[in-house]
Amino acid sequence: MPAEAFSYVIEPGDGVTVVRMSGDIVKESGAGFDSLGAEISGPVLLDFADVGFINSSGIALIVGILAKARAENRPVSACGLTDHYRHIFEITRLSDFMDIYDDEAAAAVSR
Amino acid sequence: MAIFKRSKTPKEPVTPATETLVDTSIEIPPGDQLELVLVDAGGPVDLTENSVASPAAQALRDAGVELVVPLVSRGELIGTLNLGQRRSDQPYSTDDRRLLSDLSSQVAPAIRVAQLVREQQDAASERERIEQELQVASLIQQTLLPKELPNVPGWEIDAFYRPARAVGGDFYDYIAHPDGRLGIIIGDVTDKGVPAALVMATCRSTLRAASERSDDPAVILADVNEALVDEIPPAMFVTCLYMVLDPASGKVTFANAGHNLPYVRTTSGVIELRATGMPLGLMPGSDYDVHTAIIEPGELVLLSSDGIVEAHNPNGEMYGFPRLMGRVAAIGPNGDLLGDLITDLDAYAGVGAEQEDDVTLVSIRRLSSARDAAETFMEDSTTLTAFSVSSVFGNEREVMDRVTAAVGDELPEDRLQRLQTAVSETAMNAIEHGNRAEPELLVDVEVVVIDDRLVVSVTDHGGSRGSMDVEKPDLEAKLAGEQSPRGWGLFLIEEMVDDLSTVADGDDFTVRLTMNLKDTPELESHTMNSKGRE
Repeated sequence: MPAEAFSYVIEPGDGVTVVRMSGDIVKESGAGFDSLGAEISGPVLLDFADVGFINSSGIALIVGILAKARAENRPVSACGLTDHYRHIFEITRLSDFMDIYDDEAAAAVSR
Repeated sequence: MAIFKRSKTPKEPVTPATETLVDTSIEIPPGDQLELVLVDAGGPVDLTENSVASPAAQALRDAGVELVVPLVSRGELIGTLNLGQRRSDQPYSTDDRRLLSDLSSQVAPAIRVAQLVREQQDAASERERIEQELQVASLIQQTLLPKELPNVPGWEIDAFYRPARAVGGDFYDYIAHPDGRLGIIIGDVTDKGVPAALVMATCRSTLRAASERSDDPAVILADVNEALVDEIPPAMFVTCLYMVLDPASGKVTFANAGHNLPYVRTTSGVIELRATGMPLGLMPGSDYDVHTAIIEPGELVLLSSDGIVEAHNPNGEMYGFPRLMGRVAAIGPNGDLLGDLITDLDAYAGVGAEQEDDVTLVSIRRLSSARDAAETFMEDSTTLTAFSVSSVFGNEREVMDRVTAAVGDELPEDRLQRLQTAVSETAMNAIEHGNRAEPELLVDVEVVVIDDRLVVSVTDHGGSRGSMDVEKPDLEAKLAGEQSPRGWGLFLIEEMVDDLSTVADGDDFTVRLTMNLKDTPELESHTMNSKGRE
């Protein structure tokens, strides 16, 4: 199965910008992540519910987004991760630097 | 009146029950003539009438004792009631004596029971103290022994360690030298328990420190000897063999401080790697000779402590070097030497036999070639799929999908997802780093089931890689912009699978990913090796 092209939709919300991502987060998603990084500001919730596959290059792209946000003192959180990728976020320690929620509703409750 | 307790170890006398007497600290030594008289008397013994003149009898008379009432249990004198002169100055009457005799016959068993209870409590406390010491010793050793086997492409290194109940001072260690060579150490501290464990800990840290200053085994052992001579108790010493392996050439450089000689199984039989030297910590100024040998492809080196050769069978015969050498000679080219030795040792010692000393074994096998290594691995296996893809970016997904289809329901969903991530990363590495994304170079993939393991082998042919040393990425540094955000591949592979190994042979480089098909323990103890053997 070839990689599913990465895309995203930005939904400004109440106090947090929700980024609905879909497709695969792999090396080829770099251009999409570049434009995503340039578009978002303020607190961000990354919604992975429609993301199919993430590899190590994808982890690097997420680290890049997180690094930029931290440099700008903007909190980043995530939701919609499968158990597998939640595990990967834990072992890579990404979850130490971004709050992880089951879904957008759980993220909203925490605010 | 006073009651004296009798025991193998003299104890404080019981406080006198009345004010009538006198010095109560008189012991009747075992074998004293008075003891014999008292045991046979069957009632009170009047020292004014009895002529026994032993030291104890005299001491009692000097203390003013007139009447001694023996407390006898099962024919053993366990104490006495000693009475001085009656306050009325009258002699003790027959009724008095009968009363005392009746009293003693009832008191003696009660005192004996109390003594036995006390002895059992003392023995239990001593056993508990010894057990705690053993636990401490065991903890020290297990904390310091390597947790993982070194991953050396083209070589298969295996280790086995099983402590005796009393915990000897065996140890082994691996030290990576900066030039890519690997230090392999095996040692044995004389003595057992906590003292041996502490010396082992000192020796290990001293060896590691010396290995940072030199890569010459003879210099390292001489340095450690000088340090230990002043550090360890007299009459204790450490035997130790230090071997440095150059994986690329197969050359081993070694020096020996009184340890058992290594065996090498060659095509023409088993040979010893001879090297001698004084044990560490025994004499200042000891010198060690450095020796070298070449381990050829297919050859196998065994390092061992004396726990195996000095084990006894039920007839009291030692396992011995000839038997050990015979087992090494008999092992097949791809046989599991350490497993074979332990099975043989246990059979030799007999079922339920308590192990006398620590048993430590380290084997170092130079693989014949990547193909041989693969064949070794594929014995008794079922191939689920085998295919090749060209080195084009994106084909890592094809590899992942085809492996997934072949694995089917061999793995539960969560573990299959882990394997998918590991396979995709491994295939990507093979395409990008191994084959430098040159489309004409293929990536070979094979999926097999061996016993209870599923093994995915991914081979590239670009000759560009030599190792898979995995370091945990530093996320803080990446987030701070001090490091590239990339560099997660190897870490992910290692975290996702139950075992990761590599084999290099010429331009071929194989990464082998293993998933256990049965329930997998989260952590392996240090006594388990990559083959899951305890």
